[in-house]
Amino acid sequence: MIREIIGMAFILIGITFDFFGVLGLVRLPDVYNRLQAATKCVTFGSAGILLGVFIKQGFNNFGFKALIGIAFIFLTSPVSAHAIARASHRSGIPLTKETVIDQYQEDNELKESGKKDV
Amino acid sequence: MTIKNRSRITVFILSFLVWLALTHIGDIQEVIAGLIVAFIVSAVAGKFLLTTEKSEHIIKRFFSAIIYFFKFLWEMIKANFHVAYIVLNPNLPIKPGIVKIKTNLTKDSAITVLTNSITLTPGTLTVDVNPETKEIYIHWIDVLSTDVEENTRLIGGRFEKLLTEVFE
Amino acid sequence: MRVFRWIIGLAIIVAFMYGNFFIYSGDILFKLINVVLFCSLFVLFRVLFGPTAADRIVAVDILGILIIGMLALMGLFYDQSFFMDVGLIWALLSFVASLAFAKILEGRSLDD
Repeated sequence: MIREIIGMAFILIGITFDFFGVLGLVRLPDVYNRLQAATKCVTFGSAGILLGVFIKQGFNNFGFKALIGIAFIFLTSPVSAHAIARASHRSGIPLTKETVIDQYQEDNELKESGKKDV
Repeated sequence: MTIKNRSRITVFILSFLVWLALTHIGDIQEVIAGLIVAFIVSAVAGKFLLTTEKSEHIIKRFFSAIIYFFKFLWEMIKANFHVAYIVLNPNLPIKPGIVKIKTNLTKDSAITVLTNSITLTPGTLTVDVNPETKEIYIHWIDVLSTDVEENTRLIGGRFEKLLTEVFE
Repeated sequence: MRVFRWIIGLAIIVAFMYGNFFIYSGDILFKLINVVLFCSLFVLFRVLFGPTAADRIVAVDILGILIIGMLALMGLFYDQSFFMDVGLIWALLSFVASLAFAKILEGRSLDD
């Protein structure tokens, strides 16, 4: 009985943070900020849902599949976020106009000019 | 025993345990099929898991990993409340920018875990890694300073000491 | 203008939550699944109207992680564990797909 209540609480927390993450995907101004909000909140939210399912089910077939799902999304979602961020910066998608500093762009321009001198 | 064979044996044991967790153990056929699949997996892709020798003792590394896990969990909960605060505010209080930090870690696995942790902690997202000069470029949603040393202390310093104990 | 849009969004969300939790009479798990489907409606908004290609790739990547949670809830309702298999395979395929999309966006070929 107490296990059911704890599992349901984890599922509710997970769905709340899922919702915040998707709201960030709609509201924030450019692709890097959207990637930040969405990756953090949706990963945490889905992991919360899967942890609640594991607590409700206990140590059987279904519960172990949920645990493997948690490990899987924690390993893969930062990697795909990193790949998308690097690709969009290299393909020249601009940052939003509120940006204060871009040291990556400065270093790339430094490297390009260095190559031209040699 | 060479490092490659030790890596293969580790992969064999791990994949066999995952197979046992995913199936009902009620029959000898399930166990035999699991042994065959685990052997094929470890023969084809087993040599990529462990690649370098570690200097510290394994029990000490294990305790450091446990401490690191709880610290990471706490930072991640803080990150989620930070994002919720930004998203629900009508004025969107953001000040984004890309900054550069330095790291002292040398092993590939340590740098991978450090960048994944940076992506899941408050306000930061890894954009690129330069492995020759050991610099990491980070998109920060709320830029506090533009100095490289200061940013290294603020962003990477939370994890670097523990990761040195775990992976080096 | 920004505050005005914020109020419109708040009105839509409050209307949905009221209709879902107080008017619709179903199991509690189905109410939660409806919330996740409402989230994926926002993601589909970003897929349709995203200004650049990178926004659409981000949205598809996020959709894959949302679906694994929704399938776990459906498996809990029907008490069948094969829903989790579908979710794991979906997340795996969306991970590989977003890596491939990122490589194409960067301008390299796939076997680089």
